[in-house]
Amino acid sequence: MNRDINKLKEIAVEVRKNIIKMLTESQSGHPGGSLSAVEILTSLYFSEMRVDPKNPKWEDRDRFILSKGHAAPVLYAVLAEKGFFDKSELMTLRKIDSNLQGHPSIKNTPGVDMSTGSLGQGLSVANGMALAAKLDNKDYRVYILLGDGELEEGQVWEAAMTAAHYKLDNVTAFVDFNGLQIDGPCTQVMNVTPIAEKFRAFGWNVIEIDGHDYNQIFDAIDKAKATKGMPTVIVAKTIKGKGVSFMENQVGWHGTAPNKEQCEQALQELGGAING
Amino acid sequence: MANLATREAYGKALVELGKENKNIVVLDADLSKSTKTVDFAKVFPERFFNVGIAEADLVGTAAGLATCGKIPFASTFAMFAAGRAFEQIRNSVCYPKLNVKIAATHAGLTVGEDGASHQSVEDIALMRSIPNMTVICPADDVETMAAIKAASEYYGPVYIRLGRSSVPTINDRPDYKFEIGKAVLLREGKDVSIFATGIMVSEALKAAEELQNEGIEAEVINIHTIKPIDEDAIVNSVKKTKAAVTCEEHNIIGGLGSAVCEVLAEKCPAPVKRVGIKDTFGESGKPAELLKKYGLTKDDIIKAVKEAIASK
Ligand SMILES: Cc1ncc(C[n+]2csc(CCOP(=O)(O)OP(=O)(O)O)c2C)c(N)n1
Ligand SMILES: [Mg+2]
Repeated sequence: MNRDINKLKEIAVEVRKNIIKMLTESQSGHPGGSLSAVEILTSLYFSEMRVDPKNPKWEDRDRFILSKGHAAPVLYAVLAEKGFFDKSELMTLRKIDSNLQGHPSIKNTPGVDMSTGSLGQGLSVANGMALAAKLDNKDYRVYILLGDGELEEGQVWEAAMTAAHYKLDNVTAFVDFNGLQIDGPCTQVMNVTPIAEKFRAFGWNVIEIDGHDYNQIFDAIDKAKATKGMPTVIVAKTIKGKGVSFMENQVGWHGTAPNKEQCEQALQELGGAING
Repeated sequence: MANLATREAYGKALVELGKENKNIVVLDADLSKSTKTVDFAKVFPERFFNVGIAEADLVGTAAGLATCGKIPFASTFAMFAAGRAFEQIRNSVCYPKLNVKIAATHAGLTVGEDGASHQSVEDIALMRSIPNMTVICPADDVETMAAIKAASEYYGPVYIRLGRSSVPTINDRPDYKFEIGKAVLLREGKDVSIFATGIMVSEALKAAEELQNEGIEAEVINIHTIKPIDEDAIVNSVKKTKAAVTCEEHNIIGGLGSAVCEVLAEKCPAPVKRVGIKDTFGESGKPAELLKKYGLTKDDIIKAVKEAIASK
């Protein structure tokens, strides 16, 4: 598939701008963890996953679960960019009667593979999809994005055991390792580190990368696909709020929408931010 | 009239309690700014424990503290307390009858924009079905302050249901008294009994006001304690009015409506209409828009009252 990194960087700018615009319009939602995951989601949807926007329920498609469902804006912006629905719908985020619910909903939005929002539940569901693929002799792959704070949920580790136990090499998990949750830095609220060692101890193939570097992301995905007999986790070091100077690494921007002025400033900054 | 979310009052109540009683400890699961336990954490950092995003662990840790004589208040959103940690609440708190208080915020549709995944419309049903559990759903800030204090003085598991959005203060009067399990008569009437809980109490009062203009005298009773429910208050009122309407920001299955029906069916059969969420999930939207769309306004109560009276 097309791995034109310059093109992806352009798409990423567009996605980031749409995240900011949607959140400014809805005046509610989560910018920080949406912005940190832009490179991961754009890599998957534009250069890796087998999906068909015209046939969102295609049985042989690769699946993606946004287990950290509060980052719905990044998923919606990417799905719209990919053509699953019209971009004009983005401005209805979180409004009554909208297809774009505050957290992803399989019943509402074309392209959403699983309803999420309650943290910690996605990896179990990914395992279920991966087990079904094995049963049906299908070669689709299951991708999932977890938050680092989300790793504090016990169910994640139950699922981590299951994935290794059943040798689910068709599961690739990304951890958005941005270091922050709601009440502060993860290390202060509830230390989740060391993440890589934990997954290794649970029997996973572990790859650590910079989650904003497309080359590293693709390299990791390739390694995951080549790894047989065990699931792979890609621990992606990211910056929460990436791309908007005043949001970067700020815990306060977890769940606060920008006002009009902040939106203007963010859009201006993003305008040329295709280097790096 | 003041306007305050019940979770705001909860934060204040915790600080006051913390000063009076050093056995009060508070736990949260990465939502302390939203649940307002952060108020307590600032004043008593050594008695505050954040377990991270781990609701099952939150409840279990509280249970352990309670076995050693502490009075833990454990908080997160209602969805993740009553929902995610249901079985820990049942088996590690209620079965051993430990002195744990679950103060769950962001209950019901008025969570608003976060949508259905975060809108708990089942928690009253879940919590009230567990033996040994007491279930309280305060109507405003005044009642929340009183309920938190009462819960701390009562020995045993208590579930306190709190909201995200501001609600009008209706209990700010000198003779207001809170007693667990004792309903509060807010307005006398002879034609219909309106039983309301939580944020629906103020809507019920508005409905009664408007019904008066049409010559209907509605009695309004605040059922702040859904379990143990005040059977006498319910039966005595309906003996007089011969019809009942229940109002709650919760599924009509399993909540206040069901609890009132259980009492009336056995002790004083009468027509009942339930105002509540009609066995459906909510969605994203502004709290007021959602209350309207899902039939939880004074107009819905008025309609239900007329239906209840018509079927006498
Ligand atoms: C079960 C559950 N508990 C609590 C929450 C509330 N919540 C939403 S986001 C969040 C913090 C998530 O932190 P992290 O996983 O690190 O996400 P990111 O930093 O990528 O935004 C919390 C506690 C939730 N959505 N689900
Ligand atoms: Mg994080």
